[in-house]
Amino acid sequence: MSSGLVSSTLENLSRALSHALTSEQIARKPGLMQSLDPRAKVLGIFVLVIAVAVVHKVAVLLGLFAGALVLALGSAIPLRTLILRVWLVVLAFTGVIALPALFLTPGDPLSPSSFVTRQGLHTAILLILRVEAAVTLTTTLVLTTPWAQILKALRLLAVPKEAVMMLGMAHRYIFLLTETATRMFESRESRRVGKLRGREKRHMVAQTAGVLMTKSIDLSQEVFLAMQSRGYRGDVFTVADTRMRPHDYIVILVFVAFAVLAIWWGR
Amino acid sequence: MHIPDGYLSPSTCAVLYGGTIAAWYVCLKRLKRVLLTRVVPLISVFAAFAFVVMMFNLPLPGGTTGHALGVTIAAIVLGPWGAVLSTSLALVLQALFFGDGGITTLGANCFNMAVIGSFVAYGCYRLLAARAPLDSQRRVVAAGVAGYLAANAAALAAGIELGIQPALFRDASGAPLYAPYPLKIAIPAILIGHLTFAGIAEAIIAAGLVAYLQSADPALLTATSGVAQTPMAGSLRSPVTLRRLWATVALLLILTPVGILATGKAWGEWAPSDFANAQTRSGITATSRQQEPPVTAPTGMQRMATIWTAPFPAYAPAFVKSPALGYLLSAMFGVGVCLLIALFAKGLNRGPEQVS
Repeated sequence: MSSGLVSSTLENLSRALSHALTSEQIARKPGLMQSLDPRAKVLGIFVLVIAVAVVHKVAVLLGLFAGALVLALGSAIPLRTLILRVWLVVLAFTGVIALPALFLTPGDPLSPSSFVTRQGLHTAILLILRVEAAVTLTTTLVLTTPWAQILKALRLLAVPKEAVMMLGMAHRYIFLLTETATRMFESRESRRVGKLRGREKRHMVAQTAGVLMTKSIDLSQEVFLAMQSRGYRGDVFTVADTRMRPHDYIVILVFVAFAVLAIWWGR
Repeated sequence: MHIPDGYLSPSTCAVLYGGTIAAWYVCLKRLKRVLLTRVVPLISVFAAFAFVVMMFNLPLPGGTTGHALGVTIAAIVLGPWGAVLSTSLALVLQALFFGDGGITTLGANCFNMAVIGSFVAYGCYRLLAARAPLDSQRRVVAAGVAGYLAANAAALAAGIELGIQPALFRDASGAPLYAPYPLKIAIPAILIGHLTFAGIAEAIIAAGLVAYLQSADPALLTATSGVAQTPMAGSLRSPVTLRRLWATVALLLILTPVGILATGKAWGEWAPSDFANAQTRSGITATSRQQEPPVTAPTGMQRMATIWTAPFPAYAPAFVKSPALGYLLSAMFGVGVCLLIALFAKGLNRGPEQVS
């Protein structure tokens, strides 16, 4: 069983790495979203996600979902990735949550003999559609924008530079620490003989986390010294080499108009 | 517990974003005021560590597995403010990079797990561990209980946020527009999972890490131990000695009206008018080894007494009728003036920014 435990953790860790790799690959392909300034993308998607959260009508939500689909497919995101990684996962998670609402929501029964209420059906469909549309939009943003560009957009959109810098550093060291954790689990597993009991397994995982933590803190000291030796005195400077072009402004306008119309119709 | 987009109404999201941004603002301010240089890489790498640890499958009693939040160990090693930032960073990364948790609900998720989680974990750990030695078993138990309570407090907050949606946001037909279940269903539903799995996972990882650090690197536990201070800990929290001083000042302020209980005049604090008053004269005589005071106040004393008139004579501002309140107000005023002078002196004394 211990091998199952370690392999499932290793699977989690490698999934994080492969996700990052897929995202880098898609972000490099030519496409609708890839051609935009990161600010336009972050702002545009944020406005659309707000619209998804605000509208109350199923038809308008379907329209927003269709818009998200066009955006994703136009940005070289394979339909297979969308179905397997986004829609089915969301459906499994939100579906389980929405299902009992069909029966538990008080209201008018659909038919005299049915336990399902009209209000329950409406609320379940709204919830699932809302989550599907929002997750499609955010996945499109995440898969088409390299992390460095998201950070740059956040910086240019007035997020404090210290926060942006910490986000950037945290992201960078996730990969290093993921690799370290993977190696630690693998080396531990390669030396294991026989089965571990529950208590021993917990001990092993906690100990691995402990070693990883001391390594992380040592790493942060080294990073600090490296930063200091390169002249870091507490001030953060970011290079803002992106420039909004006319078509970025047009796209933001289109996104905002789409969102405003959706909110107007979907009230 | 990562609430996705679509479960909370925009207005709920906005309120929780407001609360979280306020907490972040305070955290960044605190960091800027102290050793920002060293703390930036520490918090960043700790966020990366928390992110990776969240992916560990933790075996739970009963054969299942669970995932920890990592907020408790952050609160124990970095203190509550550092934990708010590092956990928030990990959550922002999860939302923006892996799409785990929504963008509109990011404020809510950070509020529940980073803000509430950190402070509950820190409070419980400090309360239960008290001043136990760094290597005591009590600290391991305290960390475990703190982890269990922090995960459940965060889940309870999420349950309340989800549970108020159907009461507040419905369409004309009465169909809920967001999360469909009322408080009486939402709270038990989310808490069952956390009381049995997620809370235990957080407890195991927090207790296990504290036990590991006790033998491998106890210095990391000193920050929040209440026993000794390290530069790292001092940078994120105000020193314990100062906090005690504040508590003492507050207690003394509250006790100031006790001064009214004392009767008579303090020896040597007489006013010129006291020399003509028969009652105070006998008091002066009794406390001066039966030596009679002069019949009139000395001329030098009379002259000097009129040079300065106090704004609050006899600790009672003219507009206050109750003497007890007058005492309290005077004490607050006095302490406030002292603080202002101290702050002013500190400002004058501050040289160029120190780099750690």
